[in-house]
Amino acid sequence: MGRSALRRKENQHFTEDLTQVSQAPGADGYRSDGWETVIGLEVHAQISTKSKLFSGSPTDFGSDPNSQVSFYDAAMPGTLPVLNTAAIDLAIKTGLSINGTINKISRFDRKNYFYPDLPAGYQISQLYFPIVTNGYIDIDLPNGPSTKRINIERIHIEQDAGKSIHDLSPESSYIDLNRSGIPLMEIVSRPDMRSSDEAMQYVKKLRTILRYIETCDCNMERGNLRVDANISIRRPGEPFGNRVEIKNINSIRFLGQALNYEAERQIMARESGEEIIQETRLFDAGTGETRPMRTKENSDDYRYFPDPDLRPVILTDERIAKIMGGLPELPDAKRARFIMEYGLPESDAAILTEDMVTARYFEKAVSASKFKESPRLIANWITGELFAFLNKSGKNIDELAFPIEYIGELVDLILNKTISGNIAKSVFARMVESNENPLKIVTDQGLTQIRDDSIIKKVVEEVIAKNPNQVDEYKSGKQQLFGFFVGQCMKALQGKGNPEIINEILRKALG
Amino acid sequence: MLKFAYEMKKDLTISAARRGLAAGEFSSFELTEYYLDRIERNSDLNAFVTIDREKSLFSARKADEKIAGGINMPLLGIPIAVKDLFCTNGMRTTACSRILSDFVPGYESTVTQNLLDDGAVFLGKTNMDEFAMGSANVTSYFGHCFLPFRKKSNPSVKLVPGGSSGGSASAVSSDLCVAATGSDTGGSIRQPASFAGLVGIKPTYGLCSRWGMIAFASSLDQAGPITKTVEDAAIMLKSMAGYDPKDSTSENIDIPDYQKVIGQSIKGLRIGLVSEFMSGLSQENLALIEKTCSWLKDSGCELVDLSLKTVPYSLPAYYIIAPAEASSNLARYDGVRYGYRAEGCRTMEELFVRSRSEGFGEEVKRRILAGTYVLSAGYYDAYYSKALKIRKMISNDFRDNAFSRVDAILSMTTPTPAFSVEESDKMTPVEMYLNDVFTVTANIAGLPGISIPAGLSGDGLPMGVQLIGDKFQEEILLRIAHVLEKCANFGELKKAVLMEDMG
Repeated sequence: MGRSALRRKENQHFTEDLTQVSQAPGADGYRSDGWETVIGLEVHAQISTKSKLFSGSPTDFGSDPNSQVSFYDAAMPGTLPVLNTAAIDLAIKTGLSINGTINKISRFDRKNYFYPDLPAGYQISQLYFPIVTNGYIDIDLPNGPSTKRINIERIHIEQDAGKSIHDLSPESSYIDLNRSGIPLMEIVSRPDMRSSDEAMQYVKKLRTILRYIETCDCNMERGNLRVDANISIRRPGEPFGNRVEIKNINSIRFLGQALNYEAERQIMARESGEEIIQETRLFDAGTGETRPMRTKENSDDYRYFPDPDLRPVILTDERIAKIMGGLPELPDAKRARFIMEYGLPESDAAILTEDMVTARYFEKAVSASKFKESPRLIANWITGELFAFLNKSGKNIDELAFPIEYIGELVDLILNKTISGNIAKSVFARMVESNENPLKIVTDQGLTQIRDDSIIKKVVEEVIAKNPNQVDEYKSGKQQLFGFFVGQCMKALQGKGNPEIINEILRKALG
Repeated sequence: MLKFAYEMKKDLTISAARRGLAAGEFSSFELTEYYLDRIERNSDLNAFVTIDREKSLFSARKADEKIAGGINMPLLGIPIAVKDLFCTNGMRTTACSRILSDFVPGYESTVTQNLLDDGAVFLGKTNMDEFAMGSANVTSYFGHCFLPFRKKSNPSVKLVPGGSSGGSASAVSSDLCVAATGSDTGGSIRQPASFAGLVGIKPTYGLCSRWGMIAFASSLDQAGPITKTVEDAAIMLKSMAGYDPKDSTSENIDIPDYQKVIGQSIKGLRIGLVSEFMSGLSQENLALIEKTCSWLKDSGCELVDLSLKTVPYSLPAYYIIAPAEASSNLARYDGVRYGYRAEGCRTMEELFVRSRSEGFGEEVKRRILAGTYVLSAGYYDAYYSKALKIRKMISNDFRDNAFSRVDAILSMTTPTPAFSVEESDKMTPVEMYLNDVFTVTANIAGLPGISIPAGLSGDGLPMGVQLIGDKFQEEILLRIAHVLEKCANFGELKKAVLMEDMG
């Protein structure tokens, strides 16, 4: 399945989920049972760099185990990290796109813990001085056009760990260090979300932005966008409750499931007088439930301290300004412009701007049209026929074999009355098969609309002559039979008759 | 004739060896063979932990071909020893720890690569304190190491060469090589150099690349040479130093030709005497400092009394920062990917715990525990964070109150001359740490320090004095050191006390 097909699939799940939520909060954020859910998300996004954060090893996905591991990545004695500046630039780009403050001095710290797939025994991260702080994004609320601001506390850069593989042998575990040292951005929201819907919208919006600015592929199946959710519940006026962290969520749909399950579990616990313990739970996609992670005997103490192998990251205004200047039009701005400039309805603008390729294709199609009123129609064709075709064929929009301008040309054929909307559908069907341009299809197949009064008049006369009974009924008041006559005429004209001219002549003929 | 050839190779400095090689008095092959034989005959000193005769002789032969071809390189054909902290491609590198006792790197440290690029021949890897943690070379997994000196009062007892670069000091002072590399985190080059009557430089932090040098405390570790003379130190340092893009803390500066300053006058230089370094000195140490001062005065230097109030806090700050970094740097030795792995472990935790418990020695464990403690939640602010602040204050103190007024600072290198294993066993860890009291300051402040042999103790043991300079002022230190070397005439003094040679 192609990328955008996958994306659409996730989106479908997303809309399904909106309807599944049983206890959607009211406008005040409280559920009808009086509990408020408080959610904060930590999103780990793989930064789209060619090489790792502190070594020159490639970051390609799906390579043979341990084939992308330098001496440094395996933490061989004496090896040292060298910062990949491309990762810093992409993090800055991300920070600017979420309206964050770019900190001109940031620093790397070591997070110390033992784990077999953490080769150095510490992860290089940014605890004390992250590169981005105080950002936000606005999410759409499901009911109506209103938006909600979700604050983003920080974005920090860190290394990914390797992968432990336990299912290859009953006796041994294996370790793959290909992921070890891959650059990640951890995007940490404030606990600003009040329902699973908001949480899903937040991740969806974040994903759209990251894809726009191309700082992360956001492929959740490959693990380059991972979400950990913090959730607690409280009664109105209470301080935040003990929070539970949910890990192992690898799709937006699962995020919704996990949060809904966890909210219910916590509410049930509290209502039966139990306390919520602060803990980490794993989401089980098989059962849709969360369960406690095996707790370590002693609580984690990561002994963070500044990494003495690295110098602080010091940014100049020029560097930040240059990245700012290279930012593309962001989704919110693009959507607003589509509404203003093309007169698109909110919903179409939202769908078309959800990813940048689709938006670009839409604008290309519009530019191929000669009619001022075409954008709304083009938007309909793209979100309707074209998306249906892409879904069926499992293709991305950028994998189309014909130029997207054809959609604009097709719409023009309708607008200049060469073909009817119905004929256009068969032209489209032919176009996606043969990749021929719509005008050629129309010409070759003789699909041009018949507008000649004398031809249509002849057909109308024939239809009236063949159906005397219906003519009588119509004349005695059964007005709905008009459609029947139109249908008969169209059939005789093989669908090519201009409907307005048929209507006009028929009306006259039927008196 | 044979005797003559042997005499010719005895106690060679780099400059003398270069002359001999160029004049064809001996080949690099012969010289290398000479040292390899001496290493074997003096194996009771335990200065080397790994040698590869074939490999050394092979590279000596290559050097001879180059010499014959008229190629000129600073260290071409010169046999040197490498502290076992530097990773050497294809040659076992252990940090003298059980946990790395079978580790053979597939890469070369930048410092040793620089030496190889200048034509040096490696004789082998020298003994050291485990992971460079120690001041007597008694924490090595491969056993104690000894000096070619004994106390006049007790000539039957062997003496330690100091640490952690004990093997390098033992090897150079016993003439088992022309020169050697060392590393210095709190005094690990200067203290053994002082014990062994040698010259040792701890360069400015960032002068030598740390890439491929097994880390003890990253913000303090620096590589440097241990040599027979100041001039040799200058030649070695020039070769070892240099910007390395693989080490983010390495400084991108041009490396001067240090050898050029050898013999230059020191007239008009201002030398600081820091009262905090002077208080509580033994009579013998005071006498040596006074003698050194008179040499400096006679050479036209101005002596300036200084007070650096923060200096006494160097050692406590060091013993927080160094173990903290070490506890993290040594976390990679977990038995998973390389190195020692405990047998028969049932769980991952057991593998970690047993591999590390069995693989590390006592001193290393002590420092890992101390480092883990000072970094743990609730103690970070009380210890680590405070130590970093003190470190900053010490740096500022040197900048504002010393190097605005003087060109270098003179002090003892160590509180006492060399001691025996028995004496070291009687010391508490803290007493042992006090060996570093004069040297750690330079590491804490990132400053260059050099130890020069200046005299003999009443008991006939070498005593060194230390010069500390401002950042990247190694040239000034070498200039002064060379003058002191001449004044002290240590080469002659040494002859009277050096042990009878094994041949």
